Amino acid sequence: MSKTNQPTLQGISSNKTKLRISAIFIIIVGFYLFTSIKTESSLLDLWNGKNGFINIAQSLFPPHWSYASTVMPQLIETLHMAIIATTVAALISIPISLLSAANLFPNPFIHQPVRFIMNVLRTIPDILLALIFVGIFGVGVFPGIMALIIFSLGLLAKLLYETIESIDMNPIEAIRASGGNTLQVITYAVMPQVLPQFVSFGLYVFEVNVRASLVLGFVGAGGIGLLLNQQVSWANYPNVMTIIIIIFISVVIIDYISNKIRERLI
Amino acid sequence: MIEFKDVSLVYPNGTQGLKNINLQINPGEFVVVVGLSGAGKSTLIRSINRLVKPTGGDLLIDNENILNYGSRELRKLRTKVGMIFQNYNLVKRSSVMKNVISGRLGHTGTLRSMFNLYPKEDLALAYRSLERVNIADKLYQRSDQLSGGQQQRVAIARVLTQQPNIILADEPVASLDPPTSHQVMTYLRKVNKEDNITTIVNLHFIDMAMEYADRIIGMRAGEVVYDGPVSDVNEATFEEIYGRKIRDEDRVGGSEDE
Repeated sequence: MSKTNQPTLQGISSNKTKLRISAIFIIIVGFYLFTSIKTESSLLDLWNGKNGFINIAQSLFPPHWSYASTVMPQLIETLHMAIIATTVAALISIPISLLSAANLFPNPFIHQPVRFIMNVLRTIPDILLALIFVGIFGVGVFPGIMALIIFSLGLLAKLLYETIESIDMNPIEAIRASGGNTLQVITYAVMPQVLPQFVSFGLYVFEVNVRASLVLGFVGAGGIGLLLNQQVSWANYPNVMTIIIIIFISVVIIDYISNKIRERLI
Repeated sequence: MIEFKDVSLVYPNGTQGLKNINLQINPGEFVVVVGLSGAGKSTLIRSINRLVKPTGGDLLIDNENILNYGSRELRKLRTKVGMIFQNYNLVKRSSVMKNVISGRLGHTGTLRSMFNLYPKEDLALAYRSLERVNIADKLYQRSDQLSGGQQQRVAIARVLTQQPNIILADEPVASLDPPTSHQVMTYLRKVNKEDNITTIVNLHFIDMAMEYADRIIGMRAGEVVYDGPVSDVNEATFEEIYGRKIRDEDRVGGSEDE
């Protein structure tokens, strides 16, 4: 029980580690300072802008409740856009994701080009897609739906093909061994394994589409975003607040419902 | 009749799976292939339905060389050759019935099968197959709710629904406990006798091989090192095949089977 032989410890990490961590810390702080000076923006701006905050907040309240009756049809239009776009994208994504799955189509000349096209689609921002389609079809709901379809197709196809690549290959071997062709292998051994995830991804993409369609309205692609853009540019803040509250509530409800369904599925 | 004529198989990575195999398996025989893991048992069995493709020699089934088959002929061949796997290979999220009816896929048009439009005879056949392995009461249960032995019986029913001439069973009892293993082997044996289906089973348990086989083929390092009726086989034969003394683990009653 003697305490004579206690070793001298330098704490939990060695001095060398401490030195290195300090150096990294200083470099990172320096990096932040550099970017802040270069962009001429700092936390001080937040303080200087406080009057703007207060002005906007004051003009947002109280919301103009009677305006809600004008907002509701637009909200429903937004939901319609999201539903149509998600459904179409989900249907198209099935064959595309199957073709992108390296375990079903091991030939790289099949899955690589399909993946490449989907990667290209995914890199185009949704707002740019909306601008392009508004240019093609004119202002309205249809270009918005088109933009959402392309945008969610890239997303869904990637999520889905990664799921397909992680399935159990044993049943596939069994169906092949009993004389099933490729389509039969897909319907009997692949689809039952990925269906729950597929529905779950579909619901998730629906949520994303509802939010995305708000932004798309700003470039004239229909829905509630169109209304929001209009009221903001007229500086009609009580109406803007009404729209924001309605969007907030509906997004929360949709997220909640789809989360509950997804929990049940997996 | 299945004939191996000087069949060899070299895997792309250079491993020799089969080395100059010459065998003749007669209709209705119950053959057990024994050997240690890596001896080439699986490769031998999987050559017969071309899940692997031999790189040399001729493999004749009913006097046709299946090594020349294109994909259409191959599917036709596979409808006649049922296969049972170590891990049952059922679609776990699908019902028992859906798994069993998938034995008819090779006989059913793609569109019909996609929409589950099976003729009444096929559905009746699937049900009778389940009855034969005593599991018809689980008809609409999801396969992942079944125990290992029950899943393997469903896999046997799936193969029966195929109405094959040949059944290949690749280590069908390696994931099961001893009593269940005997049950599964008994069903395989029963089907073999009742329907006169040529049955080839891979096993590594010597007592089981002795109990169920008509004929035993021993493999080591991709070669057939023993081939003879079960009546001629004794423990010394297995020691010769395995190239070592027989241990407890080589029997199904042993402490660990994997």
